[in-house]
Amino acid sequence: MNWTQILVNFVGLTAIAWIVAYFWLYRKRGVAAAEVSGLQEVNIKVKGGYDPDVIVVKRGRPVRLHFNRQESALCSEMVVFDKINKSARLPEGETVTVEFTPEQVGEIPFQCQMGMLRGKVVVTA
Amino acid sequence: MYTNFDLTKIGTTIRLPLRAAKGAASSADLQKTLSGIPGVEQVHISLSQAQAHVTYDPNRVQLGQIISAAQRDGFLVHQAELSVHIEGMHCASCVSRIEQGLRVLPGVLEANVNPATEIASIQYLPGAIDFATIQAAVEATGYQAAHLLEQQPTTDKESAAHAREYRNLMAKFWFAAFISIPTVAVAYPKISWLYLPSLFSSDVSEGLVRLLWILSGAVTLPVMFYSGRQFFTGAWSAFKHHAADMNTLIALGTGAAWLYSTIALIFPRLFPEGTAEPFYDVTAVVTALVVLGQALEVRAKGQTSQAIRKLVGLQAKTARVVRNGRETEIPVEEVVVGDIVVMRPGEKIPVDGVIVEGRSALDESMITGESLPVDKQVGDEVIGATVNTTGSFKFKATKVGKDTALAQIVKMVQDAMGSKAPIARMVDVVSGYFVPTVMIIAVLTFLAWFNFGPSPALAYAVVTAVTVLIIACPCAVGMAVPLSLVAGLGKAAEHGVLIRNGEALQTASALKIVVLDKTGTITKGKPELTDVVPAMGFDEKTLLRLAASADRLSEHPLAQAIVQGAKSRGLEAAEPSEFNAIPGHGVEATVEGKRVLVGNLKLMQRQGIEAGALAEAVLRLQGEGKTAMYVMVDGKAAGVVAVADTIKEDSIEAIQVMRQMGLEVIMLTGDNERTAHAIAKQVGITRVLAEVLPEDKSQQVHSLKAEGKKVGMVGDGINDAPALVEADVGFAIGTGTDVAIEAADITLIGGSLKGVAYAIETSKATMRNAKQSLFGAFIYNALGIPVAAGILFPFFGILLSPVLAGAAMAASSITVVGNANRLRYFNARSFRARQSAGVA
Repeated sequence: MNWTQILVNFVGLTAIAWIVAYFWLYRKRGVAAAEVSGLQEVNIKVKGGYDPDVIVVKRGRPVRLHFNRQESALCSEMVVFDKINKSARLPEGETVTVEFTPEQVGEIPFQCQMGMLRGKVVVTA
Repeated sequence: MYTNFDLTKIGTTIRLPLRAAKGAASSADLQKTLSGIPGVEQVHISLSQAQAHVTYDPNRVQLGQIISAAQRDGFLVHQAELSVHIEGMHCASCVSRIEQGLRVLPGVLEANVNPATEIASIQYLPGAIDFATIQAAVEATGYQAAHLLEQQPTTDKESAAHAREYRNLMAKFWFAAFISIPTVAVAYPKISWLYLPSLFSSDVSEGLVRLLWILSGAVTLPVMFYSGRQFFTGAWSAFKHHAADMNTLIALGTGAAWLYSTIALIFPRLFPEGTAEPFYDVTAVVTALVVLGQALEVRAKGQTSQAIRKLVGLQAKTARVVRNGRETEIPVEEVVVGDIVVMRPGEKIPVDGVIVEGRSALDESMITGESLPVDKQVGDEVIGATVNTTGSFKFKATKVGKDTALAQIVKMVQDAMGSKAPIARMVDVVSGYFVPTVMIIAVLTFLAWFNFGPSPALAYAVVTAVTVLIIACPCAVGMAVPLSLVAGLGKAAEHGVLIRNGEALQTASALKIVVLDKTGTITKGKPELTDVVPAMGFDEKTLLRLAASADRLSEHPLAQAIVQGAKSRGLEAAEPSEFNAIPGHGVEATVEGKRVLVGNLKLMQRQGIEAGALAEAVLRLQGEGKTAMYVMVDGKAAGVVAVADTIKEDSIEAIQVMRQMGLEVIMLTGDNERTAHAIAKQVGITRVLAEVLPEDKSQQVHSLKAEGKKVGMVGDGINDAPALVEADVGFAIGTGTDVAIEAADITLIGGSLKGVAYAIETSKATMRNAKQSLFGAFIYNALGIPVAAGILFPFFGILLSPVLAGAAMAASSITVVGNANRLRYFNARSFRARQSAGVA
């Protein structure tokens, strides 16, 4: 094995380690919802993902997520909150609001219909 | 100050539409409660007209307080909601001005303006206010005329967006395809020479080849950044979110191919001898193929949700209502609850309501799936979007806008389409790891070829890694279940079967036992005249006419069944000169000078009349599950009439279909064993749970579940609600325009048992379809990725070209969409049976 081969193999294995770390091991930090007169509101940009994609809210108070889809790719056409049985269609360029009141501490994931784009609402006490 | 109304005027009078709920206070109590509120000046309640007129001082008390007081007394105040689009709103401060301007209107309970959507939601008392007043109030605050929000804007917009996306992608495809031709020609010069011998002679100089390669590289750039733009932007956005999707794979694949080719071209000496071979054609052709695949997918996807568009399209655009004593044609959005709507033959019913004048037959097939027109007369409900056939009538609007049955159906179906089947949850876990795994496999493939592959190792390594990235198709895996679900739910809705969500659909496909409540489910739920048995010396017609005349004034359901039965047989009942109801026994009356008694055996015995030969007929009738009544004329037994809760026309056939499907059908009823078995025998049910008290129904369902099989329960949504909830899948028989039945997983709008068979068949077909797609997608990836990595090369010398991989990837996602679309042509046995029966 010459130096080139060693170098190439090293780069390849590093790439694999990096893929695992970057896509799987990364822990996202949440964005806290802004509270206005008891309502917890967040604007979420939908473009190849949800931005922000982790939203921290408090239990027992109504949450309003304003989704704004800024792309025409069909993948993000719909957002699904499976755990609370809600879904919304997101026409391009429009703001669509999903409203609910989390009663329990925990996580409420949301995603596109195919599960490629994901986000979650983290409910704290 | 904002409106045309003088608010300082003391004593605004408003009409509250209300009705008493169960356990409500008396109208005198309500009168006291309302009058006791400070600021209320006068109260006039008329429960028979379901309204109260309240005069109050708006400066001292708000309408909302009056309504909540009435609600606390147990009265339901009918409220409606309206959405209005407000134009010219630029600041947040506008919100409160408009809201206040609307809230002070008499009849408006609450107004909320959402500045983001520019929509005002207004809760109002139907009949107390109309759209013109609201419009004037908004204009008085200084904003543009308010336009009513379209009923269902999203579906139209969605199909427009799909059409735009399709055109966009096709343009990108043609561009990429056009560029692909010369790049392929350059990449496979030997083939090109066959066609263009004069241009490429065999002794092409190295310089010319190099120049052609450089040109290829240059023209491929716009392919990547115009045709393939969405792959790179999509991949980048996903990357920022620490996520990877299909875009990532295509972007990496085409990008790596281009980059490698360019480096090889510019610095050929960096690479070992023979490996500095560019392959720009891969970038161009793969981009073209995948974009074409996406375009076809968009088009096919639109067809999958065609059902919902069809439903939305059923909505009538205008309505002819009576306003100020005149008939006016208005947009359907402006119809308010309480309006009288005029219908002519052939017209579409605009909103839900109750007929107040006239009669007709309505074609309700588009909502209920029932193909025969339904007769409607005064007092009957009409459903918006159904079609009037020949008669003319007027009806009072009871539900408008998003409360109509159609709007609820559309919403339910859309919500269901957005839900997940449990099987999809499992897939979601897989798809979360899919793309990074493929990336890792691509790197491993590269290393394997680089370390152990034949010469030129580097070229092989790059090509195989790129092929792996391109052939993997996460879309096919992710789309399989949602697409089938959308097609299946839409198909069911077309036949009046509303499935609440993906979970209900998946469970329904696995049902083994179906429990049918008898009354109102298998049977019509109300007694009908079935037999007339005259004694010696009487004929059938005379007997029935006398019995009907005697019963005419009775309100007992059995008596009413006899009267209706006589009427439908063309017999005119006479007015009795004397009438007396004997509770628990029957009636006695004087009809045309004759003394006529209709009642049970006890009545007969009380009169000391002998039943004679009729007793035998009574026993036979009872054995058939019917209620038999003696008719006595002038002290003699004249005959027997029998009524029974009759079986719905298509119950027998529906049960037969369910049994053919291998389902165990069980009847559940409060009737005694004998009656229950009599009915069960007629419809072909062998297992009967009789004498079950209403409150024990859910317990029975629970015990059946303990047998370890999935149990479906069919009943009405009110009395049977606990049993429906207890069952794995609860089917509610629809009740007119109430579509969203809380307790039910599946609602059968048409009320026919056929719907149950159809729902289960459709669910099975949908799940089968989803599993096919899913299986296909998994197999495709499980075979495709190793082959792309070159696993066959050491044994057979087979290596997949990246271009072929691109074609396979595009084909696989189109196949999934196409398979879901096949569901649209699914022909259920439950409906086929009827069609063939109809022909015969």
